Amino acid sequence: MKFKTFAAFVGPSVFMMILFIALPLISVFIQSFQITQPVMQNLEVETCTPGFLTQTCVTELKTVPVIGEDGKTVTTTEWTGLQSYRNVLQMDKVWEAVSAGRLGDILQIDFWKALRFTLMFTLVTLPLVIGVGLLIALTVNNAAKALRGPVIFVSLLPFIITPVIGSLSIYWLFVGDGILTAMMESWSGTNISMFAQAWTIELLMYFYRVWHVAPFAFVIFYAGLQTVNMDTLESAVIDGANRWERLRHVIIPHLMPLIVFIALVHLMDCYRVFDEIIGFRSQAHVISLQWLTVDFLTPDDAGNRAISRAAASAMLTMIGIVFLLIWPLRRTWKDHKGGAH
Amino acid sequence: MSSVSRALRQPFGLRFASGAFLAFWCLLAAFPIVWIAVMSIKSPRDAFASSPWDVIVGPATLARGEGLSILDIVLGLVVLYFAIRWAFTRLPGLVMQYSPPSLIVLGWLVGAAVYALVFLLVFFGLLPLILGVLNSVLGPLGEPVLGLTTQHYVAVWGENEFYRNFLNSLFVTAGVVTVSLTVGTLAGYGLARSGSDLAFWLLIAALVFRALPHSVLVAGYLPWFINSAEILRPIFGDLSPTLYGQPWAVIAVMVSINQPFTIWMLRSFFQNIPSELDEAARVDGCSHFQAFRRVIMPVMWPGVITTGLFAFLLAYNDFLVTSLLLDAQNQTMVPAIAGYFNRETTTTDQVEAVAAAVSITAPLFLLVMVFQRQIVSGLTAGAVKG
Repeated sequence: MKFKTFAAFVGPSVFMMILFIALPLISVFIQSFQITQPVMQNLEVETCTPGFLTQTCVTELKTVPVIGEDGKTVTTTEWTGLQSYRNVLQMDKVWEAVSAGRLGDILQIDFWKALRFTLMFTLVTLPLVIGVGLLIALTVNNAAKALRGPVIFVSLLPFIITPVIGSLSIYWLFVGDGILTAMMESWSGTNISMFAQAWTIELLMYFYRVWHVAPFAFVIFYAGLQTVNMDTLESAVIDGANRWERLRHVIIPHLMPLIVFIALVHLMDCYRVFDEIIGFRSQAHVISLQWLTVDFLTPDDAGNRAISRAAASAMLTMIGIVFLLIWPLRRTWKDHKGGAH
Repeated sequence: MSSVSRALRQPFGLRFASGAFLAFWCLLAAFPIVWIAVMSIKSPRDAFASSPWDVIVGPATLARGEGLSILDIVLGLVVLYFAIRWAFTRLPGLVMQYSPPSLIVLGWLVGAAVYALVFLLVFFGLLPLILGVLNSVLGPLGEPVLGLTTQHYVAVWGENEFYRNFLNSLFVTAGVVTVSLTVGTLAGYGLARSGSDLAFWLLIAALVFRALPHSVLVAGYLPWFINSAEILRPIFGDLSPTLYGQPWAVIAVMVSINQPFTIWMLRSFFQNIPSELDEAARVDGCSHFQAFRRVIMPVMWPGVITTGLFAFLLAYNDFLVTSLLLDAQNQTMVPAIAGYFNRETTTTDQVEAVAAAVSITAPLFLLVMVFQRQIVSGLTAGAVKG
């Protein structure tokens, strides 16, 4: 295919990706070093209140935004270097906590709290998703042929459901006197509230994510199981391998590329955890990196959006993505190089 | 299972454990979804009752005289069964018969819409009328035994005007699917047929873009979108739009966010179409574009439908982008449900939120029912073939 034809085919797609992905990235990068705020001016204002005999007059210096000719507030954009990053990271508080020996205090700061949860969430759910997905795939493969269609149908439901709705549906089972909370209360005889402390919410979030992603892993493993070489399996039996050894030494190595694929997709998706925070309404207890950025972008009570702090937090989130992708990208690069020679 | 050799046959205990686990998983997978569906048709007191049996039967709902009799349940299930069977056996034939072959996709859309309309009329219009008469005649069989009320759905769709959000969702989703497939098919074909280094680097860049959190991108759009009228004024004059709050701007954003995934998926589908096919067309004198239009387009639909399903899911399920880039008038369904959180003070409000959630889930349920095979093939396309 000539370059010109190739360019005509991929042109629209590349144009859209540059306009709406690459350029915004550059824009965020620049914004994270700038701050745009209304120009303020100091005005001497005399306020008088009626009093006996004479009025009581107070002259104060007030800071008010400058209004331009078009009736809007005038804003300026300044370069502030790393100030926004400092505002997000709050390193001074971190060092204070470290020098005082109270490491737990670091997790009181929004950014570090979000980072801790995002990483924990990614690392805890990864093995669970792969394990549960594999287990479902093995058992479905074991089931009668007529059952497999309906089982796959039911299994796809948690995967396909809107994440916010999915987490809400679990939230409603546990909220207040929800059906499962009531059941646990009647078993244990104590009063349980699942959404009053961070760790129970986190547990429900881990459960939700495994419930939501395990079907994806299951479908892929199930497809992989169909191509396991039966001859290898039978020769393993003849060599005296028991069931566990066959799984360990024949089936899992066969599925290894799929496990790597699922792990990669799962890492990317988990690092972006956001919808659970909305569904479980856990802002007060548990937050994630992506939620932090969105929170900066949402207008506060005065209608201002903290754009530069959002940009700084977005760039910090990006650094995590780079760490996440370094290993798979290096592997792909080596494969590509190897293929070229 | 008789084809499995004796050595591989499993002991009873293992088979039992495997079956039990599978049953447990199916229960776990379906329970939360089924449960919110049950809750949404009960009066608030029943929906949040602490005994599961009360939630299912709904005594408080029954006490208000709203419920289904045994006859209702039996007849309803029979009608439902035949309606679904008819949809899978007769409907495809009718669509094939009445739509011209070139417009088969349009034919399916029209067929599905007509079917849905007739089904709604029969199931919610005709059936209750007939059953109302029958129930009053039959005596004990016609007594309501299972509480059911549609009041929350009426409240959500009528008073709260959820249909506006539904139409917005429909517009955004349809736009995203159409545009991203048009742009993505061309790119996917180009990438599949070109073995150049540039194609490789494009795919790698797409993989990196795939990993970006959406909030990073939205942080990039937001200042530009809010001020776009002033920024674009030198070019478009007074016609320049404010992009913030515009559904079509959101469509453009979501198409771009979805592009990396779309081109990877379509590329793997196009690689499965033998390149001898378009080479033969080229030998016969077609240009690349003619070969694409005349030879590839007729055979690419399975892959395109699968990719379209995933584009649909992304656009339909999105919360982050739509909640930040659309204002209240143009809000889609999923962010709109967050509006219930703030009002959710009484139990009635809560059950209305549940009904809204079920309304959002219902189209997805139908989607899995109809397209299960395509979804499974789409999930495995990327992974198994590498």
